[in-house]
Amino acid sequence: MNDTTATTIANKSNLERKTIRRERVRLVLRDKTFLIGALILGIWLFITVFGNFLAPHAAGDQDFQFVSKSPSLKFPFGTDSNGRDVFSRVILGTRLIVVMAFSATVLGTVLGTSLGLATGYFKGKFDMIVMRLIEAVSAIPVLIIALLAIAALDGRSPTLTVIVIGFVFTPNIGRTVRAAVLGESELEYVAAARLRTERTRHILFREILPNVLPPIIVEFTVRLGYAIFAIATLSFLGAGVEYGSPNWGSQIAENWGNIYSNVWWPTAFPALAIASLAVSINLISDSLLEIFEL
Amino acid sequence: MKRFILQRLGLAVITVFLVCVIVFFLTHILPGDVARQYLGRGATEDDLRDFRRLFDLDKPLLTQLFSWINDLIHFDLGQSMQYRGPVSELLGPAIGYSSKLAAVAFLIIVPLSIAGGVLAAVNRGKKIDRAITVGGLSAAVIPEFVWAIILVLLFGVTFEIFPVTAFPGKGDKTVLNQIWHLVLPSISLLLVLFGYIARITRAGVIEALDSDYMRTAVLKGLTRRKAVIKHVLRNALLPTIAVIASQVPYLIGGLIAVEIVFNYPGFGTILKGAVDARDYSVLQAGVVVSSLVIVSFQLIADILFAVLNPRIRQKISE
Repeated sequence: MNDTTATTIANKSNLERKTIRRERVRLVLRDKTFLIGALILGIWLFITVFGNFLAPHAAGDQDFQFVSKSPSLKFPFGTDSNGRDVFSRVILGTRLIVVMAFSATVLGTVLGTSLGLATGYFKGKFDMIVMRLIEAVSAIPVLIIALLAIAALDGRSPTLTVIVIGFVFTPNIGRTVRAAVLGESELEYVAAARLRTERTRHILFREILPNVLPPIIVEFTVRLGYAIFAIATLSFLGAGVEYGSPNWGSQIAENWGNIYSNVWWPTAFPALAIASLAVSINLISDSLLEIFEL
Repeated sequence: MKRFILQRLGLAVITVFLVCVIVFFLTHILPGDVARQYLGRGATEDDLRDFRRLFDLDKPLLTQLFSWINDLIHFDLGQSMQYRGPVSELLGPAIGYSSKLAAVAFLIIVPLSIAGGVLAAVNRGKKIDRAITVGGLSAAVIPEFVWAIILVLLFGVTFEIFPVTAFPGKGDKTVLNQIWHLVLPSISLLLVLFGYIARITRAGVIEALDSDYMRTAVLKGLTRRKAVIKHVLRNALLPTIAVIASQVPYLIGGLIAVEIVFNYPGFGTILKGAVDARDYSVLQAGVVVSSLVIVSFQLIADILFAVLNPRIRQKISE
């Protein structure tokens, strides 16, 4: 096989794949599940960016005339036991969890993709050792390993929590990417690229990576949902965020004891916020999963 | 078959060993000195030295690692930094409580999730199918503590149907009453795990429904219901076993938040206490014990899967 035929094979499959990709994007944009998820997520992203302008009160504003007041026109979500406006705190709490979840997922996806590309392409002993380590990390519940790492690092620091969650996600994403790469590296275009004596880096990132993007995108959205899940739970348990900062998990931790005396609003609204954010991301990943037929 | 089991067992042992190494280095290598972390900023040099001697922290790292693993092999989980007593006395009863909760949860989760998956599969493409798959997975991404609090608010406080704690008072400790107290916490766990198990069951059932033997069964004159029960379920439940085992880590992770909301003195509550007090001995032991449970379930599932699936059974014996 000479240079030109190898390139032709690569080009042809690329063209076919491009058509498939365009078709899929069209399907996604027509899917009701996706659109509902994207709409809700869009609202939350808007609040993340413009929260400071939308919140009627500052997060720490206390008014002791209005302690544990039920929802009213003045305080649409009521006030908590410290006389703070729950509505404002829910709005201002959005930014921390959204930014943390996105950063942690991006970190985990970048690390996991590199790991998956390397293990799937090189195989052999390296692959075996990494897979054993991945297996070991997967045998520890995500929340528990995160709690341990955060405790060891003395962490009330969001940055640190992001790094810990990013690392904890790496094995899962790595495994998904590895499986996809294993399938791809058998295909002709990889052999063609090898025959063209392309550099390994080029083959990995320019040839294989674009073709394993669909599972990576789906994995990203699934992990993003789980990052929300994990960050909310960690902050509820008092780890990973600064105490008293406006964030949904801590808000629930501070207030849920009052539900027994029927003061449900300081707990229920942040709980609904977590639920709607997590579900919106799940609707998106669900729709992608269906359409990419993974 | 024997070789297969031994091989799997070997891999499980390696996994647990690696977990020990990872956990040890997480607590000892990461920036921050265990003694200083535990004792706080106010500790004097003397305090630090005494503390390090007490918990062998002054020895070389590798010596610490191997003596810790050696102790673990001899069922010695070490001394709690906070309570200055054996960790096993702390974890033992807690694990007992958590096992009770997990058992009740499993008894509720497994049949309901499988039923949900089968129901979705036989109604493929209809509204009820979408409701179960999309609804199930949407419920699964909402954290357990959120569900737990919502359930307490609805069924404990507003409607007063279920007790708001998982632990019955002193007077009434009959088995039934204990189970009754565990229903609400189990439902919080159910809501998170239902989606995954139902989805895999659904996929398995759909594959079996489309198979040749199903067509044969129908052509033979079996009713759809009979064919599903007789032929489909047996084949479709295999992947479900694997998925149920793979959910054990999430179940254990979920226990922490659920136990705290329901004020239940289990494994999760102890672990949370250890995080708050920075009791590293309890934390390390807790992680190892939980991964031991997870790996055991995985091993049982692997073997069960092989025993029940004739194709794999044959491949192994070849």
